[in-house]
Amino acid sequence: MIVKDFKHQQSAHCENGVTLSLLKHYGIELTEPLIFGIGAGLFFTHLPFVKLNGVPGTSFRIMPGYIFKKVCKELGVKMKVQKFSSPEKATRALDEALANNHPVGLQSSVYFLPYFPPAWRFHFNAHNLIVYGKEGDEYLVSDPIMETATRLGAADLQKARFAKGFPAPNGKMYYPVQAYGKANLPAAIIKGMKKTCFFMLSSPPPLFGYHGMVYLGKKIKKYPEKLGGRKAALYIGSIVRMQEEIGTGGGGFRFLYAAFLQEAAAILQDDRFLTMSGEMTSIGDEWRNFAFSCARVMKDRSGSLSSYEELGNMMIALGAREKDFFTRLKQML
Amino acid sequence: MKKDEVPQDKRIIHGEDNSLAKVVYVTNQEGKYETSISEGWEAENLAMSQAWDEIDEKIEATRQKVLAGELSPIAYYMEKALMTPASLARYAGFWRFFVSRHLKPAGFKKLTDEKLQRYASVLGVAVDDLKHFSGK
Repeated sequence: MIVKDFKHQQSAHCENGVTLSLLKHYGIELTEPLIFGIGAGLFFTHLPFVKLNGVPGTSFRIMPGYIFKKVCKELGVKMKVQKFSSPEKATRALDEALANNHPVGLQSSVYFLPYFPPAWRFHFNAHNLIVYGKEGDEYLVSDPIMETATRLGAADLQKARFAKGFPAPNGKMYYPVQAYGKANLPAAIIKGMKKTCFFMLSSPPPLFGYHGMVYLGKKIKKYPEKLGGRKAALYIGSIVRMQEEIGTGGGGFRFLYAAFLQEAAAILQDDRFLTMSGEMTSIGDEWRNFAFSCARVMKDRSGSLSSYEELGNMMIALGAREKDFFTRLKQML
Repeated sequence: MKKDEVPQDKRIIHGEDNSLAKVVYVTNQEGKYETSISEGWEAENLAMSQAWDEIDEKIEATRQKVLAGELSPIAYYMEKALMTPASLARYAGFWRFFVSRHLKPAGFKKLTDEKLQRYASVLGVAVDDLKHFSGK
């Protein structure tokens, strides 16, 4: 069985992409930047106690699942979200949904997805993909990170849906069931911006929002002293990976947000957002600079204090810039 | 980022091309946003290959320890599967405490075939690979 008229579309980020394609299937046409902006996806957090492969976690986005939930709420779409206690039940529910012509969003672990290049397959459990059909023992998969739609064996999909560890997917699947009320796009855009301003400015210090950047900046300065050259390089390497590699559209989602502001300016017919978009692009470029400088320090490997001092200052300056940016954006709303 | 500045740096890791064509958001000449495809960027390629160097070294160090009889073969295959004792315990359905024991040769020897099979299927190897560690 194959869901009729489902079209694969590549996106920068998996959760945006899944939301985009699922809503599109039900006649709600949006773009990835709009989804990201309305879903208040932009964020920053550094969590020193959450370690992935022994390296503290940094994230440039809001927690997994939030964008999807928020977009559906703002646009008045009712979703069915299910988790399962056993793989058998999960498979049965998935097959039933497909038989009813629903493309289904699934949470999965990248480690069990053989269509990723081998070096990408880490135990990352918050990856989202869409299944839109089943043929024999194979599922038809639309993974938003990939250029084309692909196929996945039932056994692999089951492993990916029941990966263990944090955050455990437990076979989570979701799809829209009903669009009620009339979606008010301009209102949703403003609400999304307000939420992002709130997250960036008013989250409790020191780990979240712009506080998080200042906090991490100060920590970076001490990395070589505390960790030694080698580990320090690994730590900043992980920041670069979160910023560029994990499907952010470049610059840790900042370019994606700038694109959102540009679209918002057109929809709200307000040129102030166009100016803000330009500023966000320049902030994104500065993040790219930061990643580039990190790469230079990684190559060097000597762990010299002065270069880490410089990186830390860059991060602190970015924190100040984003604080200023969102303070002004908030005043416009 | 401008459209004509999108990097296309191939990602070579373990001697193989691990590039993934990703969507990036860029501005065109009029400053309007559009999407473009990037195969990779030097900075992020370096960050990823550095992470793999670290993992590969850990796998090799564990292999040596298994050959020297300090650790059990489970430890080697666990590192190869990028797992930790905690995640292995969850996948195989053992208490963490027992997994720590099974990672040592003394605890490993006491494992029944049934329990070995549980480890083997989680780690994607044959029971024989665990029983007769070749060091490959």
